[in-house]
Amino acid sequence: MPFPRLIPCLDVAAGRVVKGVKFQNLRDQGDPVELGAAYSDAGADELVFLDVKATLQNRPATVALVARVAERLSIPFTVGGGIGDADGAADILRSGADKIAVNSAALARPALIGELAARCGSQAVVAAIDSAGGEVFSHAGTRPTGRRTVEWARECQRLGAGEILLTSIDADGTQAGYDLELTAAVAAAVTIPVIASGGAGTAADVAAAMRVAQAALVASILHEQPSRLHGLRTELRAMGVPLRDAA
Amino acid sequence: MNVAVCDYGAGNVRSVALAFERMGATVRFDGVADADLAVLPGVGSAAAAMRGLREGRVDRALRHRIAAGRPVLGICLGLQLALEGSDEDGGVEGLGLIPGRAVRIDSGRVPRIGWADVEPLGETFYFAHSYAAETEAATAFSEGFVAEARAGSFVGVQFHPEKSGAAGADYLRSCLSPG
Repeated sequence: MPFPRLIPCLDVAAGRVVKGVKFQNLRDQGDPVELGAAYSDAGADELVFLDVKATLQNRPATVALVARVAERLSIPFTVGGGIGDADGAADILRSGADKIAVNSAALARPALIGELAARCGSQAVVAAIDSAGGEVFSHAGTRPTGRRTVEWARECQRLGAGEILLTSIDADGTQAGYDLELTAAVAAAVTIPVIASGGAGTAADVAAAMRVAQAALVASILHEQPSRLHGLRTELRAMGVPLRDAA
Repeated sequence: MNVAVCDYGAGNVRSVALAFERMGATVRFDGVADADLAVLPGVGSAAAAMRGLREGRVDRALRHRIAAGRPVLGICLGLQLALEGSDEDGGVEGLGLIPGRAVRIDSGRVPRIGWADVEPLGETFYFAHSYAAETEAATAFSEGFVAEARAGSFVGVQFHPEKSGAAGADYLRSCLSPG
């Protein structure tokens, strides 16, 4: 198996990186271009960029901003937010992203996942799932869908998704640890890679997530001090997590 | 140095272009015949990609380049397209620049996504693939999968050097200035 991946996530609104708690009370955390470059240079395994207002405002993620972020990266780059069709996805890939993440649009029209996989390849299609209490929520966590998280993850794989990005709304921004039970349940239900997201507070939390998932997303604990990425990698290695030997 | 990146559809050609531009090369999306290096990038499905290559007559240009002994670098699907065929999409005929076939990965989580060691190159690179080459032209492996294959002036890599940080940049530089 490839090395577990440590993936900083830029939640972007109005051109700025923001972070809240349980998807609420978003606070400014900096410039996505500068933060992205800093993480790429400091040994991030990938970078994720989620335009958290795109679906709510019914517009695709800002292609120009994605291009500016991509220009400074030498690591894989996933972009999500407001992607509703294969043409929109192709625009994002052409602007320099390597993978696209879909969430609300796929819940509204599951066939979208298959269309994206046919056009871009499964390895470029990330199904992002926001979960609270075992149920999937759409529109940046604002709307319950009635779908069970584990069932929807399985369905996403069947439709052609290449990865699951699983965010626990309950844990998001709390820095109290990932929802390991939910993550393990989803990882057991699918055979595609799973990225755990929401709740990272300490290196021990990240290490625990990497034992049940193939990758862990981190945001709050890094943005205030991007240089912490290097130290976090060192701590993880000391705990026996086999990370790649990066910068 | 001039690099021609074959643009044949939905793939992310921009990250390949950016990686070469960072090392001072001039990148074009045409001129496969006379560039110093031609790059066949690749994400997407094998059938759609082969269709794109034929429609743009890129397949012929690449064959001429190889016949003339001029360097071609295939990346990821670009390696798989260079084989004689692929099992993807119910079976797809390849360019036949190197012997062998692409077959579906049947172990571990698929797609196989992430950074993995490549030997004997002694480096770690980023992979994202559901199919893998089976070829007698293999020159490097990663966890049992073909990571690099060479035949004549063609070199193909399963990993993404353009997404593999400093090690990837070094690899691309070596393709620009072989030997």
